[in-house]
Formats: sequence, structure tokens, C-alpha cells
Amino acid sequence: MEETKFTPQTWPNHAEQATAEGKNKFVGIWIFICSDIVLFASVFATYLSLRNKGPAGMEFTTQSLFELPLAFVMTMLLLTSSLTSVYAMYHMKNYNIKGVITWMAITVLLGLGFLGLEIYEFYHYVHIGFGYTQSAFSSAFFTLVGTHGLHVIIGLVWITCLIVRNAKRGLNLYNAPKFYAASIYWHFIDVVWVFIFTVVYLMGVLG
Amino acid sequence: MGHHTEVQAKTKAQYEYDRHHNAVHMKKQVVNFAIMIFLTFLAFAVVVADFSPYLIKPFILLLAGIQVVLQLYSFMHMDDKNGHHIGVISTYVWSGAMIIFPVFLAFVTVVWW
Repeated sequence: MEETKFTPQTWPNHAEQATAEGKNKFVGIWIFICSDIVLFASVFATYLSLRNKGPAGMEFTTQSLFELPLAFVMTMLLLTSSLTSVYAMYHMKNYNIKGVITWMAITVLLGLGFLGLEIYEFYHYVHIGFGYTQSAFSSAFFTLVGTHGLHVIIGLVWITCLIVRNAKRGLNLYNAPKFYAASIYWHFIDVVWVFIFTVVYLMGVLG
Repeated sequence: MGHHTEVQAKTKAQYEYDRHHNAVHMKKQVVNFAIMIFLTFLAFAVVVADFSPYLIKPFILLLAGIQVVLQLYSFMHMDDKNGHHIGVISTYVWSGAMIIFPVFLAFVTVVWW
């Protein structure tokens, strides 16, 4: 493989799309995201039609279940992790691998915080009797929010692998597109969460 | 697949210009982030403030829409004219969203239990 050693002076402006592979990765991650939009649109539609619906176990409703402070903290964690991955891409543009690794690591930590709260939330619901099979509402809720949570887990594993693999390697035109694609994917997770906190939690509290 | 490209050293002026450009771009991103935080606060605040749901629901959906467009165009670089096939990508994203919307609408209005 090529062993070009770059310096900040020779690092190209669009390093993440300087090679054919980089260009393909950029288009590829977007095609994946478009199909993911369709997946999430389906689980959102399912949730909205089965929200607060039985056939049995109607003691739980969106208004009695959801706690806004928890949803707010989760939203802030995920939104901030979106900014920290923008910082990582800023350092990638300046050919600063330390900056990339540091900010990606902060992104992972914030993501872990979000995931921890989500696990706590799910555990709490199951504990009070609102399990996956409890009603049509509960299945739709766990499928929607759980699919998003699964995306968060995949993103965390992905970014952690990138950090471990590339920390000592330095930036090159081979791994720059990988970081770039991972950051776009991570922003997409935040995009989906914007709709979840609005449609599930805020509109759920309104009833 | 090739990872190879011509290695060209930038002139000092070009290098400094690019660094400056990157820093300015990053500042813009922080401003966009501040707007997103503000929109989120606003959405939670109007719900807590207990206005009429008929008023709040369209309002917070609008806020979510604005925030998503901000994410797509700033953080996810859909505003980047140099992005490879960015025109195709943005057509694909928006036409995909428009195709799935009637399906979504059908679910929400036609399905009941």
C-alpha cells in the first residue's frame, strides 16, 4: 500500500475525498443513511399508529410513563457529542491526529453516557411492568427507541475501533475517509433522536 | 482501490489561508450548535409551560424540522459544494423523504386499533 507521509503543508484540503475510495465511501455512507431513513420512517409510523393502544395493559400511557428531565439530559448528551465529532473533523482538516483521537474519544464518552441513561430508562420501564410484550404500545415504543439505541451501540463500537486502530498510525488518505464516514453516521443518529425526543417524549407528555 | 494521489506542498500563504478558513468554518459550526441547543431548549420549554397542545404540537414539529435541516447541511456537510456527487446525494435524500412521507401519513391516518 502507499506509504506517503504527509505534513500539515502537504495534507490536501479535501483529504477525506481525495482518493477514489474516499469518494466512494462518502457516497456509500449516504446511500446507507437514505435506506436507514426509510427504516426509521416505518418504525416511527408504527409507533404513532399504536401509541397508547392496547389491546390489553392500558394502565401505562405516554403521559404516565415519560419523564422530561431524563429525555432532556439524553438530548443534551447526544447533541453535544455531535459537536465534538465536528471538532474531530476540524482537526482532521488541519492534519492533527491527536485532536482527531481526543475529540472522537470524547464523542464516545458522551455516547456512552447517553446509552447508560437509555438502558436505565428501559430497565425502569420493564421493572414497573411495561415490558416489550405488555401491549401494542410497548412493543412499538421499544422497537422505535431500541432501534435507535442499537444504532448508537453500533456507532460507539465503530468509532472505538477506529480510535484503537489509528491512534498510533497517524492520518493518511486511507483512514481519513473512515473517520469522515463515521462522523456523518454519528450525526445521523442525532438527526433521528431529534425526531424521537419531539415525537415520542414531548408529544407523549402532551398526550 | 487506489488511495494514491499527487502530493503537493502548499505555499505558506495558501497554508495559512486554509488554516484560517478551517478555523472560520469551525466557528460557524459552533454557532449552528448554539442554535440547535436553543431550539431544543425552546421545544422543552413550551411543553413545560403548558400552552394549548394544538399550538405546541405544530410548533415543536417545526422546531425539529429546522434542527434536522441544520444538522444535514452544516454538520453532515450537505452544504459542501465539493462533496463527491453531492447533488445526487441531496436529490436522493429529499426524494426518499418525499416517497416515504405518504406511507407515513397512511400509517398515521388509516391504521387504528
